[in-house]
Amino acid sequence: MTPDQTLAFETDCHLFHDCGYPAPSLFSFEFEPLFTLGPIEFNKPMLMALLGTVFVLGFFWAAFARAKVVPGKLQMVAEMGYDFVRRGIAREVIGKEGERYVPLLVSLFFLVWVLNIWAVVPFGQIPVTSMIGYPVALALLVWVIYMTLTFQRNGFVGGIRNLCVPSGLPRWIYFLLTPVEFLSNVFVRPFTLAVRLFGNMFAGHVLILVFTIATWYTLGSIVGTFYSVTSLTMTLILTGFELFIQALQAYVFTVLTATYIAGALEEAH
Amino acid sequence: MMMYLASDEPQNPLLPEWPEIVIGLFCIGVIYFIFRTRLLPTINKALEERREAIEGGMEKAEAAEAEAKQTLEEYRARLEEARHEAARLREEAREQGAALIAQMREEGQRQREEIIAAGHAQIEADRRQAAQSLRQDIGRLATELAGRLVGESLEDHARQSRVIDRFLDELDERARAAEVAK
Repeated sequence: MTPDQTLAFETDCHLFHDCGYPAPSLFSFEFEPLFTLGPIEFNKPMLMALLGTVFVLGFFWAAFARAKVVPGKLQMVAEMGYDFVRRGIAREVIGKEGERYVPLLVSLFFLVWVLNIWAVVPFGQIPVTSMIGYPVALALLVWVIYMTLTFQRNGFVGGIRNLCVPSGLPRWIYFLLTPVEFLSNVFVRPFTLAVRLFGNMFAGHVLILVFTIATWYTLGSIVGTFYSVTSLTMTLILTGFELFIQALQAYVFTVLTATYIAGALEEAH
Repeated sequence: MMMYLASDEPQNPLLPEWPEIVIGLFCIGVIYFIFRTRLLPTINKALEERREAIEGGMEKAEAAEAEAKQTLEEYRARLEEARHEAARLREEAREQGAALIAQMREEGQRQREEIIAAGHAQIEADRRQAAQSLRQDIGRLATELAGRLVGESLEDHARQSRVIDRFLDELDERARAAEVAK
């Protein structure tokens, strides 16, 4: 490990030791490659992404591969998750046609959730989705599906109209609204979809780091111990909070995807 | 204090690295593929079977209920029919009875009238006969009486009245004799 990769815990830097608080930095999101495979420097989050994928598949394989009419416990839990996405998102947002997109939405929801949950898994302890590449990959996929469906369903002109002209507004406002709507649908939506997930996970990780490092940093003197205990409590509270945010962001990502699909499937006006 | 080498500036966290994108796409691709082709069809089939099993039971119960309802309906219909039939029969009997009574009354009336008519006819005939025989008798008697009167001297009033008395006595006698003869 190179000196600049040193973890805050190993710095032996404490309060009143004439050294500043080693705040978490962007380096907290940099990882040395585990190995290099051609042009790819394979690092820890990549391994975690693959492991997360394996976990999602393993869990659902165990639950669904031999699905029974009378479910076991595992199948029951998996069914709850599946039903949540199928009913609560696909059918709720898209409607009857949503059934076709259930596999996509289920995949997105559980992959994103598991990649988020890595933040609180021991030895993982970083949300894979705080690496912008992963949210970008998923948002890119969603964007391609969104655009494809829009033009497939409405034709070229209808597709453009679907993207640019929201219906049911006074005529004069379209001069203003059409470019805004176009920008929003074609550029802003995929960007925010990726950045929302990234930002939440990134910030959550930084928050937890701040209090974890502070717990270590303030330790060592009597006064510091009080600070330390407070910081530790905050770490625990924030970890619980993050657990909630992780699920919420996975849900938001999936619901937005469903919303875009529903918008694409909407008949041109 | 942490030291960072100038050459080792942290990367902009908003710039994605392409291997991450590739791996991300690979992950979602694999999950989607296996979900789409293998896992979700299986679970959907199981869910469908479960739904059918539940609905099958419910359908069976519904069928039984429908059958029970139908039987009840039929039973009620029959009861109603029987009631109607009974009422109809009763009504018919009443009507028949009334008709019979009316008929009998009519018959009685007719018979009575017949009897009365017959009585009247008889009386009339008797009367006629009596009148006829009376007329004949009177004529005869008058003739007889006239003959007697003419045969006797008519000047004597006392005799005259005697003759008449005698005649009347004779008449009485004759009637009495007729009575006795009867």
